[in-house]
Amino acid sequence: MTVSKDPEAPISIDQNLPAETKLTPTESSRSWLSGAGRSLAWAAIYFLGFLVLLTATFLVLRIPPLVGLNSLCVGAFGDAHSGHLPALSDTLIEAAPLLLTGLGVVVAWRAGLFSIGGEGQLLMGALAATMLAKHGKHLSPPLLTALMVTSAMLAGSLWGALAGWLRVKRKVQEVISTIMLNYVAKFVVSWLVLGALQEHTHHNPQSESLSNALLFARLLPREWTGGLQTSLHIGVPLAFMAFPIVWLMLFHTRFGFGLRLVGQNAEAAKTARFPVEKLRVQAMAISGALCGLAGVIELLGGATGSLPAEGFSPGWGYTAVPVALLGGLNPAGTLLSALFFGGLTQGCRNLAQFQSVPTVLIYLVQAMAVLAVVGIRAWNARRTGRETN
Amino acid sequence: MTAIGGAILGTMSLATPLVLAALGETVVQRAGVVNVGLEGMILTGAFVAFVGTEMSVRLHWHLVGYGPNPYVGLIAAALAGVLLAVVFAVFVVKLSANQVVVGVALNLMALGLTGTLLRLLPRAAGGFLNTQALPQVFYSLTILTPMAFLAVPAVWWWLFRTRRGLELRACGEQPVAAESAGVPVLRRRTAAILFGGAMAGLAGGFLSVGDVPTFQEGMSSGRGFIALAIVTSGRWNPWGCLVAALLFGFADRLQIQGQALGIHLPHDLLLAAPYVATLLILAFGTGWSQSPAALGRPYRRA
Repeated sequence: MTVSKDPEAPISIDQNLPAETKLTPTESSRSWLSGAGRSLAWAAIYFLGFLVLLTATFLVLRIPPLVGLNSLCVGAFGDAHSGHLPALSDTLIEAAPLLLTGLGVVVAWRAGLFSIGGEGQLLMGALAATMLAKHGKHLSPPLLTALMVTSAMLAGSLWGALAGWLRVKRKVQEVISTIMLNYVAKFVVSWLVLGALQEHTHHNPQSESLSNALLFARLLPREWTGGLQTSLHIGVPLAFMAFPIVWLMLFHTRFGFGLRLVGQNAEAAKTARFPVEKLRVQAMAISGALCGLAGVIELLGGATGSLPAEGFSPGWGYTAVPVALLGGLNPAGTLLSALFFGGLTQGCRNLAQFQSVPTVLIYLVQAMAVLAVVGIRAWNARRTGRETN
Repeated sequence: MTAIGGAILGTMSLATPLVLAALGETVVQRAGVVNVGLEGMILTGAFVAFVGTEMSVRLHWHLVGYGPNPYVGLIAAALAGVLLAVVFAVFVVKLSANQVVVGVALNLMALGLTGTLLRLLPRAAGGFLNTQALPQVFYSLTILTPMAFLAVPAVWWWLFRTRRGLELRACGEQPVAAESAGVPVLRRRTAAILFGGAMAGLAGGFLSVGDVPTFQEGMSSGRGFIALAIVTSGRWNPWGCLVAALLFGFADRLQIQGQALGIHLPHDLLLAAPYVATLLILAFGTGWSQSPAALGRPYRRA
């Protein structure tokens, strides 16, 4: 009989422990592959499972599987004809918001919370930055850009902390509250962008375009790339910097230790006098700050430099959940899976150009990836008779 | 028909998909399972009801008559909901995977699948997608509305006044005790999930062949999540669900009415109102105390 007995968690979150704990069997001495090798072997199995599902999807859609796979690869990595740099830089750009929102999910999860609120936090971040840009025109551009980034992180963290507060003080399940807050953020954005923040001609459903001085500079000058135009901007390395910071915070600070303890065993953390409730709200705030950062990076690195009333995010905040899950809910894995999903997105875009499939196919492909990993993981836990939790 | 009568019928109509989906989810959650994939099931139901209605032209049954038959679409929608529920149950019950993660994956899958298949439909090239609507059986109401409202006492009676209902609730409260009392917990949970899938499919069917006979990409637009909130704020009780769903329907109706009368209401803020209301109800209304004790926890036999 195995029913998890954590009275703190209304939704069992102990099912998918981080990959490193799950992939190390209890009798590891008998295993012919050790630690990292085993993880790699499992990653290969997950990937094979994913390929099988993908091939099946292609067959159903009447796309020749090899043509489809090739199309995905070309989209993600480029080919000899059009060069690899533009495709690779686009993949990195796609990966950046997924990495940040995915890390947001990881931080919340480590504190025992399942946040699906990345989408709303991201929107609130972009909104705060847009408001600041409208009212801070007299400031010098570099200062204003820095302030916009800060305010976005602040707004995101407040939106996240709200869900955290609702959980610890009012016992509102964060799965529900974050989804509700996503919708509230979405409508607040379209209300403000169609009202107070609309561009001065009032013709387009978007905010005023930001001046070029405010936007993130292009990272690779043409002289370096041999004349190839890449859209890589400063925001991308900024996003990737979050990975070492979150990793250090989680695994090499006292704060991170407390946070992980709360997630693994809230009762024990309480007994050891860790401020469980405070840590949970803080985790949600950090998670929100990461998502807010994703929002402002998309705003300042995007092509138009303005916030549209609708459709600013193609669902990064939701995709973050599978990204973090595939990454084994640890920062390094999330980095890899964000790159994987970024490549998939670019690949699907390329596929949609040449085959009669829409770009929403990406959601189907993502779902396949998640189900492949979840299925194999659960099946393996069952086969070996180990507890999944 | 007076204005008040019209408003009542309108509210009932808007509440119908919410009542259907929330009733199904109530049974699922009473069995101890959280299905976040409700949104995806509703979307799939809407799509399949639409396609099924169109395809029924080819059936040429004397029984159902010629031409597109929305009832065929409705049955297909329920079956599609069950099919997704089977996928959900395999992962959640059979493999005891995390329920929320599988639910999120189902939502992604439904969004991708319906969007992709929509482009493959022969008529989609023309742009406008319309089909035959369900006939109106009572003033402006289709068969689904009385069905949904009659299902409330039926589900309540089954849950709280029958042996099977008691056993199901036991699976959600104390699965270990239930199992030792001879209740097949996994089978009961699977059955509950399948029922929830069928109800979500019907809710989707209401969206595409009930009110406005058309399908749009992502047309469930968060109704699955609202239904989840309704289950929670309705204290896992069918009657509570009914009240909460009617409140949501009324808020929707108010907003549509306001637009029709030309009253200047901030459109987007009104759209946000139900979500804020849910948060407030959850935060300051009932609290978590009434939830089934084993909600969201996988169960495996020894």
